[in-house]
Amino acid sequence: MDLHFTSDQPTAEERAAVDSELGAPSTGWTGGARGSDLDGRTSGGGISAQSRHRLLPTLHAIQARIGWASPGALNYASLRLGLPPAETYGVASFYALFSTVPRPPVVVHVCDDISCRARGAEELLEVLGSTGVIPASATWLRSPCLGLCERAPAALLTVAGAKHGERVLAPATVQSVRAALLEPEIGPVPDVLSTELSVPQAFSLSDQPSDQPGRRQLRLLSRIGRAGAGSLKDYLATGGYLGLARAFEIGPERVVEEILVSKLLGRGGAAFPAGRKWQSARDAGRPPLLVCNADESEPGTFKDRVLIEGDPFALIEAMTIAGYAIGAELGYLYLRGEYPLAWERMEHALDAAGKSGHLGDDVLGRGVRFDIQLCRGAGAYICGEETALFNSIEGYRGEPRNKPPFPTQSGLFGRPTVVNNVETLVNVPWILREGGAAYASVGTPGSTGTKLFCLSGAVVRPGVYEVAFGATLREVLDLAGGTTGELRAILMGGAAGGFLGPADLDVPLTFEGLRAANAALGSGVILVFDETVDLAEILVRIAAFFRDESCGQCVPCRVGTARQEEILARLVRKRPIGSADQEIALLREIGQAMRDASICGLGHTASSAIESALGRWRIFS
Amino acid sequence: MEDCDLIILWGSNARETHPIFFHHVLKALHKGAKLIVVDPRRTTSAQWADTWLGIDVGTDIALANAIGREIIANGWQHSEFVEHSTSGFEAYRAHVERYTLEAAEKATGVPAALIRQAAEMYAKAGKAELCWTLGITEHRHGVDNVVALISLALLTGHVGRYGSGLNPLRGQNNVQGGGDMGALPDRLPGIQHVENDELRQKFERAWGVPIPPKKGLNLSEMFEAMEHGDLDTLYVIGENPADSEADRHRALKLLRGLDLLVVQDILFTKTAEMADVVLPAAAGWCESEGTVTSSERKVQRVRRAVAPPPGVRDDLAVMFDLARRLGHEWGEPVAEQVWDELRRLSPVHAGMTYARLEAMGGIPWPCYDEEHPGELFLHSRLWERPVLGPRAPFSCVDQVDPADPLDETFPLRLTTGRHLDSYNTGVQSGGYTSPLRRGPTIDLAPEDGARWGVAEGESVKISSRRGSVIAPVRFDSGLRPGLAFMTLHFPDQMATNDLTIDAVDPRSGTAEFKATAIRLDRVSVDATL
Repeated sequence: MDLHFTSDQPTAEERAAVDSELGAPSTGWTGGARGSDLDGRTSGGGISAQSRHRLLPTLHAIQARIGWASPGALNYASLRLGLPPAETYGVASFYALFSTVPRPPVVVHVCDDISCRARGAEELLEVLGSTGVIPASATWLRSPCLGLCERAPAALLTVAGAKHGERVLAPATVQSVRAALLEPEIGPVPDVLSTELSVPQAFSLSDQPSDQPGRRQLRLLSRIGRAGAGSLKDYLATGGYLGLARAFEIGPERVVEEILVSKLLGRGGAAFPAGRKWQSARDAGRPPLLVCNADESEPGTFKDRVLIEGDPFALIEAMTIAGYAIGAELGYLYLRGEYPLAWERMEHALDAAGKSGHLGDDVLGRGVRFDIQLCRGAGAYICGEETALFNSIEGYRGEPRNKPPFPTQSGLFGRPTVVNNVETLVNVPWILREGGAAYASVGTPGSTGTKLFCLSGAVVRPGVYEVAFGATLREVLDLAGGTTGELRAILMGGAAGGFLGPADLDVPLTFEGLRAANAALGSGVILVFDETVDLAEILVRIAAFFRDESCGQCVPCRVGTARQEEILARLVRKRPIGSADQEIALLREIGQAMRDASICGLGHTASSAIESALGRWRIFS
Repeated sequence: MEDCDLIILWGSNARETHPIFFHHVLKALHKGAKLIVVDPRRTTSAQWADTWLGIDVGTDIALANAIGREIIANGWQHSEFVEHSTSGFEAYRAHVERYTLEAAEKATGVPAALIRQAAEMYAKAGKAELCWTLGITEHRHGVDNVVALISLALLTGHVGRYGSGLNPLRGQNNVQGGGDMGALPDRLPGIQHVENDELRQKFERAWGVPIPPKKGLNLSEMFEAMEHGDLDTLYVIGENPADSEADRHRALKLLRGLDLLVVQDILFTKTAEMADVVLPAAAGWCESEGTVTSSERKVQRVRRAVAPPPGVRDDLAVMFDLARRLGHEWGEPVAEQVWDELRRLSPVHAGMTYARLEAMGGIPWPCYDEEHPGELFLHSRLWERPVLGPRAPFSCVDQVDPADPLDETFPLRLTTGRHLDSYNTGVQSGGYTSPLRRGPTIDLAPEDGARWGVAEGESVKISSRRGSVIAPVRFDSGLRPGLAFMTLHFPDQMATNDLTIDAVDPRSGTAEFKATAIRLDRVSVDATL
């Protein structure tokens, strides 16, 4: 549409990369050789032929094959998709996993975020940065949290080329990173859950049942590491698909009722009642869509990755039940781009579920149509915000939309949409199997069921822990073997959460309990710092994270996150403008402006952890 | 427009030539409407289309008749509408019978399958708009082109209803109004025919003077009359025939031969340069009071926002002073008084007081009295049962090839048009720079560049049977081999109308600007200096 191209042409390889995603062009107008007689007589195109939602997969194909997206490659992708090149560039430059400048094919993305920082990431980066360590054919980049906090410090290896792929290195050492860069072969992902690739702490605890009271009552982690993650047979043998069978038995209305009775609250951070969300999508009067938000990128969070890597069929079953209940025939699973193993596992599981009739036009012969579209993120924290996630699936920059309209009225592709977090959904099969009342019998009246917590930092056994709502912080820390040093601070809920101190260990871990303690449950992050950690540096890192991840769409957040980082940097360097107190007052004022005026939750919470730390400790005086 | 299901732009590059209108098209597209563009060139409008039909220049009737035949052959016509609201269907059916898909493919170059698809899309659309511009009218059979399209709308009932209609896109904000106010050789104000005695006598009574009972000359006939010595005085208001006429050499010669040429314009045009008397006029849109009438027949007020520069006078003032010098004292009426006289004489404008125009933000005619809201659709009467007024007639017209044939000496088909950044002969746009402006070029298919051995940017001599111009080459992949394109925006650097043919449709008076046979010759460097 008014396609104004620069003269940059794609290379044969770039062309092949795009064609591998979109197929060969059929006419001269869409990038084929000009000259077929028909090209002078007709062309398609138009808005209806735009395949905007295929832009991200196309950019992934370019990135995977070439290692960066050149102007020529972007021109060709634009031509193929009927998009103005400026739009394509806008999208390519938005996502961190895409590079619009030349980059070596082998890249190691080293996490320098708070969890890994507490476990030696900076020391690792210092060595990698010294000359001669990294071969010329490769490079290294700093990365925000990779969701591998239980094995910090972590790194993600991406290899572009004909044989491309990604692999995680965790814990990463100078030796393992060097070895991977020198010999960047990406082998097939092993079929069984290898502890080398992912450590499901819940599983390792099963050897020590005394460590986790009520282990037998694990609801969400019961299969992690036990059943073969790629095996539908194992899933069926361990109670899999009983929830869906029950759902078919009672019909969609009663499924929603069971969820309402269970009082299941959303686990993505907002704690919205899942049943009410489902109900309003059912009431929207138009066929809705289901979206599973698996763009887990809150620093310190890795539970959704462990769930997908270790029990992918549970999520598939949960989405099928949800789709059936709300009347959606299609569910989108938006998975974080930095989770290669989870992607492979899920791709494999979706394939198996489709082949066995657990997904498709006639699920289990019950005349129900439901399928799942797997979408890959490309490195943008903001895409965890539900409307930004819609834009990302639709092929746009991940910029949040104004609300209202709320997703249940107008969401993905303008249709009523239910968005649920992975953990929220994985509760669903259990609720259907055992009943909503049984579910609600565990936990507290305000927070029913069990909750996954991501323990990382200065704890003896980092990992994902499932406990009934109501357990105290102290109890959960004890499960993880206690702190490695002297407890200094605990970051609850991730970068968007808040700090607690050693005096707060008896806070009950419930939505209401943490609210009362002026903290948030958030995504279940419990990030522990001991006396060896410089909290000021942690705050600067958090500020840098938000400045980097702000989508830039609205002024309060775009400017506020930058000013916030600048003030903290001045305070760390002990060169405040005016006094340190004046700087902190300004910081609070900026935080208030972001809370008041930002479009989305990123801006609303970008100062919360920093302000809570400054309220608790005199860090800069 | 925004609520329809299908839009056909036929011989229109509205994206560039009617950019504001095209915004409404875009709104429709974003709401899910389909777009078909019929144009020899793959224009920027065609880029937005679901289907572009790359027709050969001047073969629109063959395509339209084939679409009509295909609709009838499949029984897709709106039988109820055809039966109750139209006349001449059987004759039309018989007439288009020989326009088979195969014959049309041969005549137009458009593959048969695409013609069939277009027929199906148009016939089956719930609401469809058929829009055209100069690609249809600037042919020696322009009127035939138009009625061929009208027949398609009659066949499918896509007329006179919300979201369905026929839409000739006008070139200026008041082309419609100029005609409505009597600036046509056969009409009095209010679209009333001068040869109708009753209507003419009404004006004679009101004005107290006799009015010639026969229609006047159209523009092409005027030039013919000049050639025969029957016309020796020309009063040109807001027109630049020295640049805009086809076969410009002839036009210039005839204008020079006049006894008296008077030009009244807001700008010192090429024609004004030749004039004996120039009357500087105020700019209608900002320096004078009055009304304009848009393509949708909507009459709107224009108001004076700034005073004209010294020495420049309002058109009305010029006119009244001229009348005074010629011995008629008309006083000093203001625009509203002139308008009120029109309302007394033109039934379709009768209800449009200035106060109502202001309050309602414009009123579409007809508006018969001060209670009448104006008619949204001109042809909604066709949907009344029984139909109000005469039925709408089908017309049987045949394909006529362009007057300027291709042969070995002149093997390339040149068509003309406009760019987004410029307007017509450049009188109003030439004084401004634009980052989009490409200047005068002859646009060729890249293949033709290779064929004629010319490179992009190279100046070439372009010759037709009437004249030659020199212009640099620009390659445009929207052109297929054998098709060339030039604009008429830069008459001083590239007098495109030295090439065009003045074969005129006698009914519309419009020349065949769209189809010229040309050839290319390389020129030595000296010749370009």
